[in-house]
Amino acid sequence: MTALAPAPALPASPTMRQRFRRNPAPYLLALAGSAWLLILFVIPLISGLAVSLMTGNPEQGYTFTWNWAIYGQVFGIGSSNWLFLGRGIWYGLAATIVTILVGYPMAYFIAFRVRPAWKNALLLLVMLSFLVSFVIRTDMWAFLLSDQGPVLSVLRGIHLVGKDFHILGTDAAVIGGLAYNDLAFMVLPIYVALERIDPRLIEASADLYGKKSATFFHTVLPLTRSGIFAGILLVFIDSAGDPVSPSLLGGTHTYTIGQAIQDAYLTNQQYNVAAALSTVMMIVLGVILFAYARIAGTDNIEDLV
Amino acid sequence: MSTTTAPAPAAGPAPRGLPDPAANVVRLPRKRRGPFLPIFFWVFLVITLLPIITMVVYSFNNTPTSRITFNWHGFTLYWYENLTQVQGLGDAFLLSVVIALLSAIISIALGVPLAMALERYRFFGKGAISTTVFADIAAPSIVVGAASLSFFLSTSIPLGFWTVLLVHVTFCLAYVVVVVRARLSGTGTVLEQAAADLGASPFTAFVKVTLPLLVPGMIAAGALALAMSIDDYVITSFVAGPAVTFPLFVYGAAKVGLPPQVLCFGTIIFAVGLLVMLLNSWLTRRGQKSGR
Repeated sequence: MTALAPAPALPASPTMRQRFRRNPAPYLLALAGSAWLLILFVIPLISGLAVSLMTGNPEQGYTFTWNWAIYGQVFGIGSSNWLFLGRGIWYGLAATIVTILVGYPMAYFIAFRVRPAWKNALLLLVMLSFLVSFVIRTDMWAFLLSDQGPVLSVLRGIHLVGKDFHILGTDAAVIGGLAYNDLAFMVLPIYVALERIDPRLIEASADLYGKKSATFFHTVLPLTRSGIFAGILLVFIDSAGDPVSPSLLGGTHTYTIGQAIQDAYLTNQQYNVAAALSTVMMIVLGVILFAYARIAGTDNIEDLV
Repeated sequence: MSTTTAPAPAAGPAPRGLPDPAANVVRLPRKRRGPFLPIFFWVFLVITLLPIITMVVYSFNNTPTSRITFNWHGFTLYWYENLTQVQGLGDAFLLSVVIALLSAIISIALGVPLAMALERYRFFGKGAISTTVFADIAAPSIVVGAASLSFFLSTSIPLGFWTVLLVHVTFCLAYVVVVVRARLSGTGTVLEQAAADLGASPFTAFVKVTLPLLVPGMIAAGALALAMSIDDYVITSFVAGPAVTFPLFVYGAAKVGLPPQVLCFGTIIFAVGLLVMLLNSWLTRRGQKSGR
């Protein structure tokens, strides 16, 4: 592919661009990558829907039968899958809110309160977690927060909590784990948005006798909307479906849709059920995000990429 | 925080047409500032680093059993000397490293040209490809994993090394495209035009100008791809079949208690990653200095 890469003189201005419209270079450059994405990302998403409409069982295999009834079975009245789905979304929302509340001040600190020379170093520190497998990190939390673990021992030692106080197995533990794992996904886009703010706008606000809080709420916050939006997108989607935190930090009362999909596929080999669950989850998340995008603003989704 | 806003003296005469806001001539007026933000930042930073610190520290713990324990039994390098003692762990780590390297290389080979096409040209299908790349990053891992498994099942492709590699390349590719695009949009086409004006052929301009500009972006993209690949549990758990990668092994072991060697491997990955990160930021800084 690289042999094709030497691009002919690059389009300099819109008028030159017009002339290069019929240039084959972009197609050749994009060919392999987009073909890969089509075959291994787009088609699989569709085949997920197809598998959900199959009937069969793990022993005899599955055949395609347009079995729409599966959705009625999986999401019928009284089905606990609604509960698992709702729980996944609730965890996702809660984790997103926590990451905004923690991540925004962190990003603000890096963007406005440290010398430029230090910014990259601090960002590096925020991203340091990415260098350790998140399964290990989550398990380290389980280790630290377990009933005999260091954190609870200390808290019990100073009589801050009672003997029967637990952290693991609670909603809070799962939400904390999810928020922890995705914090950097919130800090980075907000930081980028904060850095883009023209300092003169903030000065203008001050010149117009805006208090610090007014400057923040009327100038800074609106200007970072795109960053918050990107962060919400990344964090919410990732945490709503994550099966790892609920299973390592949670207990029997924290079972989510992510775990349900994983168990149906890998443990029970009910491929059609699992595919139906994952299709519904994708649609529900899509609807929530679409509604949110319409309400929160008309940010061009491409700007986030 | 009651500040009567004394207008920053430098602010007034700043010429309006200044093109570069990043020139950091005028920053926020430095005034009295509460300690809240720094304290908040450092407290939460330490909290995010807590599991990593725990991992590194406990990888040196001289535990009497071959499971990690809460009590500190003294410093030892025993677990590092016996890395491969645990059945399957060494193989899992090796597999993860091989898959991470391969998927980084393949996703860069595919992603850099794609990023160039998306950033430097307008062409039919550009919007669709951009949206697909975005969707690839935004889609929940659990859905991507389930969908990929559905795909491999319905095409009867046997699960194992190759399916893991295919899937890892797919999600790394999207990250590579985003990182390289960001890098390309930052450099602009001025230098390539200058090269062309000075008589360089398009090929020479690409090799001598575009490629060197892209190197830091490619290293960053490659490092990100490596990190994403070596870290992925959810998607891999669907398509691995009989293959066991490092995160899969860790997840399985986590249910019964981790052997200390897992922490050693984690620490090794962390140390190597840190080195690459520092090297890249050093390269970027050097590139920026010589670029100006």
